[in-house]
Amino acid sequence: MHHTTYMKAGNTDDAVARMADGGQLLAGGMTLIPTMKQRLANPETLVDLAGCGLAGIEDQGDSIRIGAMTRHADVAGSDLVRGAIPALAALAGGIGDRQVRNRGTIGGSVANNDPSACYPAAVLGLGGTVHTDRRDIAADDFFTGMFETALDEDEMITAVSFPKTGKAAYVKFPNPASRYAMVGVFVASAVDGTRVAVTGAGSDGVFRHAGMEAALDAGFSAGSLDGITVDADEMISDIHASGDYRAHLVREIAKRAVAAC
Amino acid sequence: MPEGSIKDGIGASVRRKEDKRFLTGSGRYTADITRPGQLHVHFIRSVHAHANIKAIRKDAAAAAEGVVAIFTGEDVAADGIGGPICGWVVTNRDGSPTNEPPHPILANGAVRYVGDHVVAVIAETLEQAMNAAELVEIDYEVLAPVVDLAHAGSGPQIHENVPGNMYFDFELGDEAAAAAALDSAATVVELEVRNNRLIPNAMEPRAALAEYDPIDDSYTLFTTSQNPHLTRLVIGAFMLSIPESKLRVVAPDVGGGFGSKIYVYPEEAVCTWASKKLQRPVKWTADRSESFLADAHGRDHINKVRMALDKDNRITGLRVDTVANIGSYLSAFSVVTPTILHAPLLSGCYRIPAIYTNVKGMATTTAPVDAYRGAGRPEATYLLERVMDTAARQVGMDPAEFRRMNFIPKDAFPYQTPVALQYDIGDYEPPLDKALEMIDYKGFEARRAEAASRGKYRGIGLSSYIEACGIAPSAVAGALGARVGLYESATVRVDPTGTVNVFTGTHSHGQGHDTTFAQIVADKLGVDIGSVEIIHGDSDRIPFGMGSYGSRSLAVGGAAIAKAVDKVIEKSKIIAAHLMEAADADVVFADGKFTVAGTDNEKGFGEIALAAYVPHNYPHDRLEPGLEETAFYDPLNFTYPSGTHIAEVEIDPSTGVVELVDWACCDDFGNLINPMIVEGQVHGGIAQGVGQALLENAHYDETGQLITASYMDYCMPRADDLPNFKVDYTVTACTHNDLGVKGCGEAGAIASPPALINAVIDALAPLGVTDMSMPATPEKVWRAINDAQTEAAE
Ligand SMILES: Cc1cc2nc3c(=O)[nH]c(=O)nc-3n(C[C@H](O)[C@H](O)[C@H](O)COP(=O)(O)OP(=O)(O)OC[C@H]3O[C@@H](n4cnc5c(N)ncnc54)[C@H](O)[C@@H]3O)c2cc1C
Repeated sequence: MHHTTYMKAGNTDDAVARMADGGQLLAGGMTLIPTMKQRLANPETLVDLAGCGLAGIEDQGDSIRIGAMTRHADVAGSDLVRGAIPALAALAGGIGDRQVRNRGTIGGSVANNDPSACYPAAVLGLGGTVHTDRRDIAADDFFTGMFETALDEDEMITAVSFPKTGKAAYVKFPNPASRYAMVGVFVASAVDGTRVAVTGAGSDGVFRHAGMEAALDAGFSAGSLDGITVDADEMISDIHASGDYRAHLVREIAKRAVAAC
Repeated sequence: MPEGSIKDGIGASVRRKEDKRFLTGSGRYTADITRPGQLHVHFIRSVHAHANIKAIRKDAAAAAEGVVAIFTGEDVAADGIGGPICGWVVTNRDGSPTNEPPHPILANGAVRYVGDHVVAVIAETLEQAMNAAELVEIDYEVLAPVVDLAHAGSGPQIHENVPGNMYFDFELGDEAAAAAALDSAATVVELEVRNNRLIPNAMEPRAALAEYDPIDDSYTLFTTSQNPHLTRLVIGAFMLSIPESKLRVVAPDVGGGFGSKIYVYPEEAVCTWASKKLQRPVKWTADRSESFLADAHGRDHINKVRMALDKDNRITGLRVDTVANIGSYLSAFSVVTPTILHAPLLSGCYRIPAIYTNVKGMATTTAPVDAYRGAGRPEATYLLERVMDTAARQVGMDPAEFRRMNFIPKDAFPYQTPVALQYDIGDYEPPLDKALEMIDYKGFEARRAEAASRGKYRGIGLSSYIEACGIAPSAVAGALGARVGLYESATVRVDPTGTVNVFTGTHSHGQGHDTTFAQIVADKLGVDIGSVEIIHGDSDRIPFGMGSYGSRSLAVGGAAIAKAVDKVIEKSKIIAAHLMEAADADVVFADGKFTVAGTDNEKGFGEIALAAYVPHNYPHDRLEPGLEETAFYDPLNFTYPSGTHIAEVEIDPSTGVVELVDWACCDDFGNLINPMIVEGQVHGGIAQGVGQALLENAHYDETGQLITASYMDYCMPRADDLPNFKVDYTVTACTHNDLGVKGCGEAGAIASPPALINAVIDALAPLGVTDMSMPATPEKVWRAINDAQTEAAE
């Protein structure tokens, strides 16, 4: 009971095979290890991805491809990311604290899809693509609810790619206690128009706000969002912020993000 | 006392001797200690706020790997083990005593809060104990919880002998006089405030390791305690019936307490009890969740305040009705905190002719509540400094001037308040003036206007506090219900080579006693600070001790050390007189040297020490060899630090976020031994107060679950929540201890919350906002702004 076998996967196929045998992937461990310590997760086998060669950032012309095991600190510090999508580098630099950024990975964050996490807003806001061991999944199809994704049981993220855009910004209103996003809004000017992705607030996890996107497509300025309403009933309501306050913040923070673009 | 002449003496900002071991990770904490053959205990805690225990099935767990024993409340009862006692009780208004319910060290029959300790699972390893715990089945009959403090009296009764869930019903002051003042007042100011509940969050979680020695039938308990002798007394005499001489309690390095490590908790008693039953050492270390659930919480009052002013805006009377949440059981100082440590502070630094207060202590199905940094005084200061601002606003006076005109004038000391205390000395205008100058009070309106041009609301808030440290004297405390004395002991042992060992009954859990106390001794003896060793925290090495809390360590413990050093000097003088063939009265001691007046004969302190231990030439007819003296010091009065803190904030109306932009404070702590350490205490205290005012709140939901049971939800202050503090001092030396010191450990936490909330209200006052509860979270502030704007529009 609660006995965990730790093993290191040599490559992606190895990791996926072990996952099929019931192993659970271990990336930075920033979410998984605390969960295990609280005995809320009891994996029989931990499959460490550190040796799979999945860390690294590549320029692919129109997009940037970030390996699943790339740490937040490395995305934040990457000249490539800072030059091509500064908003993404800034987002990574604002996650947690130094220790967390030096362990936590993009793959772990996106796979976990915590409703308060920052990365999902970037993936959805930039219209990125999640690459797995078996397919590519568009951002719009990937996040399916709180802590829910389109990943199969034994499917593994290998990388995430993001189309380049200089016109994007992420503004996070942190939960005062955890400093995760209480409301985080990623606004980007993408090929298919403006995208507005909201994290921290929605009761189904990260979401796009069609009303704001349309308003910004009609005129890209913070003022364009003035008349927009955000449905308080679709917001998380907890001791830190009730639904109507969160709904108000979504618009307010979105305006700041637009202004920062 | 003048500043000492030696380098690291009194008044010098000597770097803390203890920091090297703390900062390099070489501190020695309870959890660092391992004893051969030690077992580990894991406590199964109640998941319900209130329930009857119907059955506990432990067979499967008992058979699990590594399990050595599983104990329940029935085992405790069978061995006749007592619970932790309440150290100080009060007499009710009607003359009846405090209702004291039993507090078994493992729940017997019922659980009364989420986190209540129900079963102790003891195994070879911690993991085995935790694994086995999952196999224990407990059948509960869930009862209705009592969570809402305001209506606790009408909830289901929690303890058989606590009718109406009221532990005590205390009063102080003259009810008729206060009523008369309110009846004849030109202005009556009314305010209801809630002092939010806090969780102490010491950096080091509680831990205990107990070992039984069958050879001489004695026990050693290593534990995270602010007062190991009290722990020995309570566990020995009241809980386990162990003679004190057979129980050694050691509190090694302790990583913060803020009050929460004063009390004796069931866990450490379980370890001690089990160590004999199992004849093996038993160890427990709380995890962070347990700290949230089962450390004694702090504050949690509702205070209804009515203040009377005459036509000149002088305060003529005050009535405060308080309901205090005491929680599920009576913790050691849970009764004294909202009563004796609270009610007598209601005069603040003001001349208030008539004061009356009633305090009802209520049982709820939440964790026990006890003293937390400031203990009663923050609650008193908060309500008083809030009502002072409310009054000033109501009568249209500047809050600083309103305070000034109501201050006790400096020529009125000693000043007898109508609520029992006699302030020995104070002068409240200089710190007010200095703080106003430090923050540039005159320039505030220009700053407010500038902030408005950026769309921000700027506000300024004051708090002129007084507090009472070093609870004393013992005789008075005894008359008020204390079951302990409130003196302190010190032994000063000089070695033959002149090095000095100081054994103090206070306990350092971060305050820097190794340094401050050494400075006092070095200064008085004229020796190098490096040759002074401070020893504390071990009941076998220290004569006796009351520990550290209530900012008493320097004012009481330091004073005891000074007394013991004086005795050493007196004895040394006689030895010196003998060696120099002079009359005792002709020997003068200064700068570490004994000289004979009018001659150039001198003896160094080291020579005297050597003569005391190698007494070849020694006044054997008059003195015993050796150089070691003990003093017990029982203070004549509390000490009364005071001062003014001023906060300045900016509020973003679109989010409600309060940014603390400036802080100035001027405190009167009497003489300062180590100004750097004092400043650190002020900083830490303010940070805790900012936490209470803006960020921290222990939240139980209506079922009695603690929602803020981790750092994901309980918001601690962080460095970037705080501005740089402007800190300064004035000095009126305490009149009744030799050092002239008052204490500084709690002042920051006492003074700061009302300053901050007053600043928030000041920022929003132009909108018509008159109240704000703690913590002033972004949502609350945003809502207050919205509501005010909606009202204005209507
Ligand atoms: C103190 C603290 C503060 C934080 N603050 C923030 C914050 O402000 N914003 C924010 O966004 N996050 C925050 N985080 C979370 C942090 O970003 C984590 O890094 C992230 O949630 C998980 O990443 P990880 O690499 O540590 O994954 P792990 O904890 O190792 O794994 C998380 C989950 O993902 C699975 N997994 C991991 N890698 C893969 C993969 N390649 N394919 C499929 N499944 C995989 C694991 O099996 C596990 O279920 C914080 C964490 C901490 C501890």
